[in-house]
Amino acid sequence: MKFKKILPQFLTLLFIVLIFGFFTMNAQENMDTRGIEFGFGFLSKEASFDIQFSLIDYDGSMSYGRAYLVGLLNTLLVSFIGIILSTILGIIIGVARLSPNYLINKTASFYVEFFRNVPLLLQIFFWYFAALRALPMPEDASLFFGSSYMTIKGLYTVAPVWNNFDIFFIALIIAIIVIFFFNKFAKKKQEEEGKQYPKFFISLGIFIIIPAITFIVGGVDLSWSFPELKQLAKTSFTYEGGMGIPPELIALTLALTLYTATFIAENVRAGIQGVGKGQKEAAASIGLTPSQVLKLVIMPQALRIIIPPTTNQYLNLTKNSSLAAAIAYPDLVLVFAGTAMMQTGRAIEIVGITMATYLTISLAISMFMNWYNKRIAIQEK
Amino acid sequence: MFKYVKQLTSLVAMIAVLFTFTTETMAAKKSKTLKNTQKKGFVRCGVSQGLPGFSNADAAGNWTGVDVDVCRAVAAAVLGDANKVKFTPLSAKERFTALTSGEIDILSRNTTWTLSRDADIGLTFVGVNFYDGQGFMVRKDSGITSTSQFKDGISACTNIGTTTELNMRDFFNSKGISYTPVAFEKADEVVAAYDAGRCDTYTTDKSGLAAQRTKMTNPDDHMVLPETISKEPLGPVVRQGDSVWEDIVRWSLNTMIEAEEYGVTSANADSMKTSDNPQIKRLVGAEGEMGAAFGLDNEWNLRIIKQVGNYGESYKRNIADTGILPDRGPNELWTKGGILYVPPSR
Ligand SMILES: N[C@@H](CCC(=O)N[C@@H](CS)C(=O)NCC(=O)O)C(=O)O
Repeated sequence: MKFKKILPQFLTLLFIVLIFGFFTMNAQENMDTRGIEFGFGFLSKEASFDIQFSLIDYDGSMSYGRAYLVGLLNTLLVSFIGIILSTILGIIIGVARLSPNYLINKTASFYVEFFRNVPLLLQIFFWYFAALRALPMPEDASLFFGSSYMTIKGLYTVAPVWNNFDIFFIALIIAIIVIFFFNKFAKKKQEEEGKQYPKFFISLGIFIIIPAITFIVGGVDLSWSFPELKQLAKTSFTYEGGMGIPPELIALTLALTLYTATFIAENVRAGIQGVGKGQKEAAASIGLTPSQVLKLVIMPQALRIIIPPTTNQYLNLTKNSSLAAAIAYPDLVLVFAGTAMMQTGRAIEIVGITMATYLTISLAISMFMNWYNKRIAIQEK
Repeated sequence: MFKYVKQLTSLVAMIAVLFTFTTETMAAKKSKTLKNTQKKGFVRCGVSQGLPGFSNADAAGNWTGVDVDVCRAVAAAVLGDANKVKFTPLSAKERFTALTSGEIDILSRNTTWTLSRDADIGLTFVGVNFYDGQGFMVRKDSGITSTSQFKDGISACTNIGTTTELNMRDFFNSKGISYTPVAFEKADEVVAAYDAGRCDTYTTDKSGLAAQRTKMTNPDDHMVLPETISKEPLGPVVRQGDSVWEDIVRWSLNTMIEAEEYGVTSANADSMKTSDNPQIKRLVGAEGEMGAAFGLDNEWNLRIIKQVGNYGESYKRNIADTGILPDRGPNELWTKGGILYVPPSR
């Protein structure tokens, strides 16, 4: 009896092991005949190529490992901004689709239909090349928001120049920890004594006051660096100083946001529609204010419907960010699975590392969203 | 229990199949690539995604160019027909994996022969069909006429996965100039971005610059600066480990160059069979057994010259007459002041 149960599983396992063994053997043999070696030693070798845009110190004299990190951070950056912006836009559009106002409603549904059905790569190209063609050359750019310039070479804006940033940063973390414990305390008070604190305003106060103190006693100092026009040749200019955000990042963020927001909007719409009308009426009848109804009754139930498919969209956005390579945004795929792979020829190793990295990012997002879902959703008794 | 007998037998069968494949790969030590090519009936050739003069497809999908002609020469030699080639357009990034993974059998795509590519990643370069060097393109109205006018903050558009990316760094570093590299995966996007004004300069092989200039909105608004910052010997590449195939590709290219040296052209090749110069006779298959070592017949080289032409014809047809680089520069025969010099076919 037991044998009968185990046999198929054993055979499947054996089969998988054999297949895997066969592929490894074959790859090993092919690599041998072509004189390719397997190994990760290349990661510590000098990369000798430069990267356009990096969140950490980098230049070509550093290692391939460092270049990997630059690419990874760039991927995380565009994914993070994309997730935040597409969530905000998605909620707005999703709510707008339920609006009784004909114009708002139709505009929102046209938006969803349009941006969801045009292939993403096309949208990325559109925003990149259309923007490039439409934006002025640096010397013709006009000022906006005080001291920023939007040009074909990117957005140049003011950059903060910190003195003793570490101290300020530690103060920020302390503030967050204090806020966390304060909220725990306030919740306990409310449950035990029914006392309600203005939680939001007190938290905000803590968040501002603690870091602010470091300016007075911690030697923290903040000044601004402004972009200034620099002439490179008769007709070619650029900006120096300040902070430059490359047009590739802007176009990619825009395309990812506009595309992903359509799916999130649909999730939001489905979530809100999924909560029964009776719920709202019942809540109102026991004297909750409209904002309390939304916060305490509708949202916890709607979020339960919204979060799981939206998690998928976050994962999609992160994976889609790898289309960056098409428009020269130096993400993980362009820098590591592109340039580094070509320069080292370590295809198997690099593809392996890249896949493992995306898997890890995806798992991390999923885990975070599951945790959030559990926390926010109503506990079913 | 009997239920699983069927599963078990199919499993055994599958394992058996897997093992026969394995032993086959081990046994096929002679030119597997040649055998496969003859079986398939076409040469699998990796080319660029469109570089006029070197490898470029017209609207009807016909490929032309000096890089294309190398593959055509091999097809004429091993299959008897220069048209029996299947072209696979590849970006700079894709090209080596396509070759090592066996998707193509020749890579003939403005690829620079370097030590690490040759020795480290399972490739073998068989020769040089175009001697080149890296240069810079700028807009004429910028007033820049030399790289010595480059200033800190300059942005340079280029392709990823190229020697260009590395040379560029060496160049700007040695001059102490800070620069912004804007590196794309595909050449068309590099051209589009530079053309739109994203970069102050576009850098790649000078041959590439000359070819890509023809794709700009207004080619006359751009110029290539005189400086050459690197050596870029471009040539066909094969997988390491099939020396017969390697030799076939190498000597197909050599045949084209030597034919020019001895004045053998597509028009006069047949009549050259009766030449009194034995070197010429060997080139057109009228003396010696020049194909035997590759397992080919004796007229393999005659077919190359008749169907594809000699190197000079190919250059004229693809690069000179199209106005891309009318001057042959170093890509002239050694007998005429250039550096094209190949070992003799004998
Ligand atoms: N020769 C250099 C550069 C080769 C290269 O890919 N150049 C680009 C820029 S012109 C190109 O040919 N692109 C044509 C294409 O991808 O179609 C190398 O081997 O790394």
